[in-house]
Amino acid sequence: MSEPPAIHLQNVSLTRDGRTILDRLDLDVAAPGITAVIGPNGAGKSVTLRVIDGLIRPDAGTVRLSPGRRAFVFQRPALVRASARANVALGLVSLKLSRRERLERIDAALARVGLLERAGDAATRFSGGEQQRLAFARAWAMRPDLLLLDEPTASLDPAATETIEGLITEMAGAGTAVLLVSHNLGQVARLADETVVLAAGRAVERGPTRSLLFSPRTVEARAYLTGELPWTSFAAAS
Amino acid sequence: MSQTLQETLFRLSTLDRDVLSIAWLSLRVSLTAVGIGLLLGIPLGSLIAVARFPGRGAVVGLLNAFMGLPPVIVGLVLYLLLSRSGPLGALGLLFTPAAMVAAQALLATPLVAALTRQVIADAEAHLGEQLRSLRLSAPRRAGVLIYDARFSLFTAALAAFGRAISEIGAVLVVGGNIDGHTRTMTTAISLETQKGDLSLALALGAVLMALVLAVNAAAAILRSHAAKAYG
Repeated sequence: MSEPPAIHLQNVSLTRDGRTILDRLDLDVAAPGITAVIGPNGAGKSVTLRVIDGLIRPDAGTVRLSPGRRAFVFQRPALVRASARANVALGLVSLKLSRRERLERIDAALARVGLLERAGDAATRFSGGEQQRLAFARAWAMRPDLLLLDEPTASLDPAATETIEGLITEMAGAGTAVLLVSHNLGQVARLADETVVLAAGRAVERGPTRSLLFSPRTVEARAYLTGELPWTSFAAAS
Repeated sequence: MSQTLQETLFRLSTLDRDVLSIAWLSLRVSLTAVGIGLLLGIPLGSLIAVARFPGRGAVVGLLNAFMGLPPVIVGLVLYLLLSRSGPLGALGLLFTPAAMVAAQALLATPLVAALTRQVIADAEAHLGEQLRSLRLSAPRRAGVLIYDARFSLFTAALAAFGRAISEIGAVLVVGGNIDGHTRTMTTAISLETQKGDLSLALALGAVLMALVLAVNAAAAILRSHAAKAYG
């Protein structure tokens, strides 16, 4: 793989319908490794991933990524009414590959997620776990330098979650920088080297995952991690 | 009345030459028009669904309004264009099957485009972000969305066929209802009813109904198989 990209967001702001989604967000991610982004609903986690991927253009600020391939796995796998093989192939369209290399990559990716025998089956008939494995196969086949994950196991059972976590670890081990948005703090503890806490569109705290999870320094991070309602903790802090 | 029914059954069972030739012309004209409508309407509807441009809302509104375009108005406009003194008069298409195809295509295209826009907009809501993330070009994205929604687009084709085969106003104005040349099932049914030849009108009506039912049944079977295969 080529040199993995670092992510550099500086002063990134986004407002929609009068609501501030991202508020002068600064975020640096040094690749490789797994960086988790956590925070309460509406903190701007998913939007941050979309801004990084270029799906949403911020109103202000700088977004700089090192050159390289990006892949995005969404919470709900977006699959076309076509075979599993065709869905993986879709990820390779924009890459300049020979036909042989393309087919090899597709089969290798499907084999890696245990779906090679179902390569010709309609992807939309797969179970939720299988669909997400297929979405990972598509990302895996792309051999991305940066992998963006938006709650990739939110609706999966423990077995499917374990499979997906194995894939994430493997890709990170192969040099892919992973940015993982998750509400599953156990998963964050298992996977992430670094964790960033987002609150109200700002990165309020970051650090090595274990120390951040067990001894958060900021009011917002503590409130989120202990499940406190934000206004209670803010009131106590003020 | 019973004699009329007997004559109708006789015409149908003996594959009456008049009935067959009129039905065949109608089918040819309408299927060609629907084909043109699909070729133009699907890309147009997909483009409007995927693209973002100023005045898009007005275009969508106009397209939806054009679904209900009165056939006789389409026939009249086309008549003016194709008549000897009109801008397209030199083509010599007035009172030919080609003019009838053009008229029905004009009716089918906005219908296909409007229904396609809705279907593709739904598919886009589900897949659009992923396809953009995969860095697919806009035409490629539209192609993938059309492929994904292909079974739903049957409905658009079906609606267009229903509109084309059953309309009378446009083909009557630009075709002229010329015996053996531009007489379709709908124009013939109207004429024969006025002349009192009810058996021919009824036989053609039965064929028309059978055609519409057969096409709908085939589409329903296809959709049901597709739903089983792809969910």
